[in-house]
Amino acid sequence: MTQGKKGTITLTDNENTVSVHSYAAAVGKMEGDGPLGSYFDYVSKGAQLGEPTWEKSESKLQKYAFDMALRKGQLTREDVSFYFAGDLLNQCTVSAYSARESNIPYLGQYGACSTMAQTLAMAGVFSRGNNSYCAAITSSHFCSAERQFRFPINYGGVRPPTAQWTATAAGCCITGTEDKSPYLSKATIGIVRDMGEKDANNMGAAMAGAAYDSLSRHFDNTNTTPSDYDGIFTGDLGQVGSDILKELFIKEGRDISMVHNDCGLMLYDRNEQDVHAGGSGCGCSASVLCGYILPGVESGKFKRILFAATGALMSTTFVQQGESIPGISHVVEITHERI
Amino acid sequence: MNITKKEYKTIAKKHEGTSKLYITLPKTFLIGGFICCIGQFFINLYSYLGLDIEKSGIMTTVTLVFLSALLTGLGLYERIAKHAGAGTLVPVTGFANAVVSPAMEFKSEGLILGTAAKMFVIAGPVIVYGILAAFIYGIIYYITGLFM
Repeated sequence: MTQGKKGTITLTDNENTVSVHSYAAAVGKMEGDGPLGSYFDYVSKGAQLGEPTWEKSESKLQKYAFDMALRKGQLTREDVSFYFAGDLLNQCTVSAYSARESNIPYLGQYGACSTMAQTLAMAGVFSRGNNSYCAAITSSHFCSAERQFRFPINYGGVRPPTAQWTATAAGCCITGTEDKSPYLSKATIGIVRDMGEKDANNMGAAMAGAAYDSLSRHFDNTNTTPSDYDGIFTGDLGQVGSDILKELFIKEGRDISMVHNDCGLMLYDRNEQDVHAGGSGCGCSASVLCGYILPGVESGKFKRILFAATGALMSTTFVQQGESIPGISHVVEITHERI
Repeated sequence: MNITKKEYKTIAKKHEGTSKLYITLPKTFLIGGFICCIGQFFINLYSYLGLDIEKSGIMTTVTLVFLSALLTGLGLYERIAKHAGAGTLVPVTGFANAVVSPAMEFKSEGLILGTAAKMFVIAGPVIVYGILAAFIYGIIYYITGLFM
């Protein structure tokens, strides 16, 4: 047995192939009005999606993303062997409620805003191990997240400039073992890193350290440098976290700024839309991945990219008890050609 | 990781933006002041209609609370508050918004466990410490009264 480097899994090699068979992104109105609006498969007219509660609206968004990914891949639910899904709400309930109608073996995932990379890596591993189709789905909804983590929607509070806006969005990837682009090449699983940040309104700073750590480990474990990639997409560090990340790499002598972009900065137009430091939420990086990045890799616009979703593993309880916020980031390497 | 928490904090601090006080403070002052002017308008109106000054004050509070609740219900209050900051938070209108907004938000969990139970989730601490402060003030007032 050849020993893998710590934390890095090889998905596609000489004998095995893991690829994204199909993918879809469903977003809310505000995300549809953003710069990537035309890339998404579904843009809802309002935040409610015809449901009586925000939690149900978010669940519906997940279902839309899953159903569209199936349709685009000409699959049915029966073809999918495992269903990995995650969201931000307590006990991962949005995902459980979207999965209850699927009749597919289900594994709920929680990695805060890093969940899309986590579910994608898990689905890739299960596809390779089981030679089958697996679904990786995540979502977030501004209104359901606000009422759980912050204040009621109509409350007249003011957000600080470092705060990020939870995206109303969902993304779904269906992984398989066909020899076709986009390939899931490798994945580096994150280590929980706590940089001592205690401000729940500054998640970028809480997560940038974890992104730096995971990306560094991925470069080291795969003997690559930032210039080997034509895109390094973090999500969702926002402006504050992105600036910190770039400075950390410059300090170390590896400059990522030429190829770096952040899903939280791509989803919205920060000059026109009132999102402060940028977007966040599991759905933010999921929708940017499924709406913009994966089509780019499939078409060959991007040859080799890193998708490094980042999560702040906090709860209001721990933050109120004075604890600092641990961050995590998982890196998935996606390529146009088999490497 | 080859970076200490202290070094990280220095880097992080550098990239945190701060609010532009030269914009936010005048806006707060003007909108907060405007709400006070509306209050004064109602006091004068009720006095003109024949109420004494104390009753005019009470009726003005009731009116402002009603207007704030109405604007909250219409989804307009938080749009004004975004610009006003403490200008809409400090007057009695902010208190009304803090009660009405959770009452609306949590109605999906029912009238008892949602609306009623969550209604004071933001305003509750204000009431608790407001009463406590009044209580302490009362004791000091009583004690100083014994020697005056």
